[in-house]
Amino acid sequence: MVARAGHVGFRAAPGARRRRAAARTIRTAGYYALVAVVMLPTVFVFFWMVTLSLKTQVEAAGYPPHFFRFALTFRNYPEVFARNPFLLYIGNSLVVAAGSTLLGLAVGLPAAFSIARWRQSALALTVLVARIVPGISYLIPWYILFRRLHMVDTYQALILAHLVVGLPLIIWVMIGFFEDIPVELEDAARIDGCSHYGAFLRVALPLVRPGIVAAAILSFIFSWNNFLFSVILAGRNTRTLPIAVFNMIGFEEINWGPLAAAATMITLPVIVLTLLVQRHIVTGLTFGAVKR
Amino acid sequence: MPPSAGLGDRLSRLAQRHAPVIFPAPAVAVVALIIVYPVLYTGWMSLQEWFASSLTPPHFIGLANYAQILTADARFREAFFRTLYFAALVVAAETVLGVAMALLFNREFWGRGLIRTLSILPMVATPTAVALIFVMMYHPTLGVMNYLVTRVGLGPFTWTYSSRTALYALALVDVWEWTPLIMLIALAGLAALPKEPYESAVIDGATGLGTLRHITLPLLRPIIVVAILFRAIDAIKTFDIIFVMTQGGPANATETINLYLFNQAFAYFNMGYASAIAVALFAIVMGAALILMKVRRTAW
Repeated sequence: MVARAGHVGFRAAPGARRRRAAARTIRTAGYYALVAVVMLPTVFVFFWMVTLSLKTQVEAAGYPPHFFRFALTFRNYPEVFARNPFLLYIGNSLVVAAGSTLLGLAVGLPAAFSIARWRQSALALTVLVARIVPGISYLIPWYILFRRLHMVDTYQALILAHLVVGLPLIIWVMIGFFEDIPVELEDAARIDGCSHYGAFLRVALPLVRPGIVAAAILSFIFSWNNFLFSVILAGRNTRTLPIAVFNMIGFEEINWGPLAAAATMITLPVIVLTLLVQRHIVTGLTFGAVKR
Repeated sequence: MPPSAGLGDRLSRLAQRHAPVIFPAPAVAVVALIIVYPVLYTGWMSLQEWFASSLTPPHFIGLANYAQILTADARFREAFFRTLYFAALVVAAETVLGVAMALLFNREFWGRGLIRTLSILPMVATPTAVALIFVMMYHPTLGVMNYLVTRVGLGPFTWTYSSRTALYALALVDVWEWTPLIMLIALAGLAALPKEPYESAVIDGATGLGTLRHITLPLLRPIIVVAILFRAIDAIKTFDIIFVMTQGGPANATETINLYLFNQAFAYFNMGYASAIAVALFAIVMGAALILMKVRRTAW
């Protein structure tokens, strides 16, 4: 396109050149308009969530809906806390997500190192299959087991359950990072008298720190978002945010402000964390199959 | 030298020699406990009849649960075809839209980084929260969706509130959530394409549409198949948005296998039968994955 324009252009009259410049501007504007239209649905849902949370009850259920011109209120947010033990739910979600992530890192980092270093593909494959198995297949035995051990509605049960989502993710993301470390570096450390454990702790781990941050945040997000395991294994004391918000639906029916406020509050930390690791999200979601 | 030092030395030499076993050992233990054991237990439970709500202990009935699933359970059969239909629908829509979007975004332009960031958000936003927002947007009389579609001369629709449209309304949520994944994967694939075929195509006088059809899409195919594979596995297992928005209703119109399975296990506490359905669902997901991996290898 550019080449052809140049060809014809070098002897063309100034008027023609101006027309071509105008045509290019219109094309660029058209392109940006198209991009905006394509991205509109993505943005609109979040926009609607946040604006609903800032509307009064009358305004939120008003028809036709108002998109930009409405009376702003922040009362929905305190109302969520006033009507539900929302702080407890936030705390529960934090404990479970942080607990399963830390445990996942403690167990998953050496395993990923070992898989990358000694090509232990059987373990890697087992963990991959765990990603394919439907979640309820785990849930039935856990439920039976935890009920027998009186562990339903405990943090321990939830943390172990959420580990099924976090651990495979951590292992597969970290295998890629450990594989990227040149073997020579580690061999050099071993020649200098480091043990395998020293090489892992003092050479490998510091080199993969960005990977650890990404894996940890991904594991945290997926535990934070988890609905299926928590809806069965959590109880009154350990209820996590997704379950709490789900329970609010029945009661709130048409009072949308507080519901939207709760949804906004759950989503906000996820979005903040995502911005920190966005380069690794796709790698994590595809278990390292797609790298950027 | 005290004997304990010798022992310590021996231990540390032992630890060195067996490092390839010691490093993964904790993970192996955890995987055995929370993944392998439950899966085997589910397989074993699928051969029993047991209601967790009753006091009668489980008793062994062989393959009777499977026989019932395959021959006598109309609700399962409906859920089975519904699941495949839903998965095929969303994956097809997401693939077409995602690849088209990737082709659109595959050039330098101001704001490209912002587009990438925005695209990630639907995938990571808490599904329960997303479902909740769509519940409000889909409201038949007060929802913003009907306002928007009537403004452009369509609808109004009943969305998740009637059995005729509910599955499509849920599919739309899934498409909203997951089209960006295929888009981002395809975008990564486009960035890695070799330059040479395009140069010779230009010399041969190929048109834009021609290079797209004969060069870009065939080169992109392997990575698109990977994207479809991941989406298909998860689409078959879709749970959160369906459970939050319709719980399988109205009138079972959105009851996929996963929802039916959940109901059997945790509404009727029919653990043996639910376990058999869980095994069947795993077989279906695995089957879809294997078919797709075969497609990846064979040339078109």
